[in-house]
Amino acid sequence: MAQRTPLYDVHVKAGARIVEFAGWEMPVQYTGILDEHEAVRRRAGLFDVSHMGEVVFRGPKALESLQRLFTNDLSKCADGQAMYGCLCRDTGGIVDDVVVYRRSATDLLVCVNAANRQKDFDWLHGHAAGADVQNESDAWAQLALQGPAAAAVVQKLTAVRLTSVGTYRFTTGEVAGVPCIVARTGYTGEDGFELFCPPGRAPALWGSLLEAGAAERVVPAGLGARDSLRLEMAYRLYGSDMDDETTPLEAGLGWVVKLDKGGFVGREALARQKEAGVPRKLVGFTLTDPGIPRHGYRVLRDGQPVGLVTSGTRSPSLEIAVGLAYVPAPLAAEGSTFAVEIRGRAAAARVVKTPFYSKPKPASPGAAP
Amino acid sequence: MNFPDDLQYTREHEWCRVKGGRAVVGITDHAQDALGDVVYLELPKVGDVLKKGETFGVVESTKAVSDLFAPVSGKVVEVNDPLVDAPETVNEDPYEEGWMIQVEMSDPKELKELLDPAAYRKFLEEEAE
Repeated sequence: MAQRTPLYDVHVKAGARIVEFAGWEMPVQYTGILDEHEAVRRRAGLFDVSHMGEVVFRGPKALESLQRLFTNDLSKCADGQAMYGCLCRDTGGIVDDVVVYRRSATDLLVCVNAANRQKDFDWLHGHAAGADVQNESDAWAQLALQGPAAAAVVQKLTAVRLTSVGTYRFTTGEVAGVPCIVARTGYTGEDGFELFCPPGRAPALWGSLLEAGAAERVVPAGLGARDSLRLEMAYRLYGSDMDDETTPLEAGLGWVVKLDKGGFVGREALARQKEAGVPRKLVGFTLTDPGIPRHGYRVLRDGQPVGLVTSGTRSPSLEIAVGLAYVPAPLAAEGSTFAVEIRGRAAAARVVKTPFYSKPKPASPGAAP
Repeated sequence: MNFPDDLQYTREHEWCRVKGGRAVVGITDHAQDALGDVVYLELPKVGDVLKKGETFGVVESTKAVSDLFAPVSGKVVEVNDPLVDAPETVNEDPYEEGWMIQVEMSDPKELKELLDPAAYRKFLEEEAE
């Protein structure tokens, strides 16, 4: 039986279409994926991401112990700062991709993917030397307000000065009277906040955010828009774009693997792979023929299968077909061409720079008459 | 949800409007709603020969891929080509502007196997249970 977030009834009442995702009954859309996607890019959208998990490291050895399980370098992460990275096995395979919120060297919160709540906790708990590791996933709800209007809306509800909370920084404070971790993080490519709060207070906070955002036409947004928004940014999705069998180097996450930071689980395997060169690489591509690439479609070169599409959609912002695919390293360079097999037809594709989407540059002040 | 009286329906959620020996075909209000925003279509060419129950095209929304099934057998005599460039029309007006193909029926008796609006509604209720 699928789990429900504290906001389930609120979603149903709002007319959301509910689907099962990673063992959770979640809203996939309210009015429509394209509407919600556009609202986030232009104004702001409110997401329930309470299905995400939280694992907390505490104690004198908390930092040291998490540092040995995380590919990025937490010594470079200040208190009050968040850092993205991977948890890896000895083989270099990815257990999960996570965001670590460093409250202090003795108190770090790891935000994990919904499907991996138990797996990550077991892994972290089993490998953490000397730290107190708790699975606090049921103790937190999470609301994400994302979009250019997000900061103005949250600011109406809190005494926290949000201008002092930079990107990938966080603080604690009350929002609409609800005690929250207020983090300037997200998964959409827009400015915005993720608010971690007690589950019982989540419905009230949800209502307050929508009410405060009425003038900005903030709308609730579902997993459908969350997926198209993240894919336009080429943000990886665990379980689709990577898993225990893929390494961060193959997944294009080499920028969060700090081989020189000291020992960590997976370091040797990753160092060897870096030395030898990755056999395959996750690349962003667009189709130059009609069609929409989908997870699981084959990548063809000279008619032979050589790779696999892991994510694909028609980008609502760009109105073109975009996707991520594992291809042999020689095909990974920008401008390389291959085909994607769509229902037996070979649709031409080209490797492009990611993110696919970048924000339109605001007109410089004074430039226009 | 709207299911016009002058149409006949399939269990795969296509509709069929009979005009003499021709059948105009599209997908139902229920189908477009279930799919969500339609963003891509593949339709057959004029002259293609369809067999009842076999796929004649594909409709894709942001999230889903769905086959289109021929409600009757026959030859495709007209295709709503502009729809390919404006697939959102399928959501906005599934029964008029959103029609997909016209088929010259080879066996009009097949129409008897289609559902009237009441039977289609009943089928949807059963499917939802």
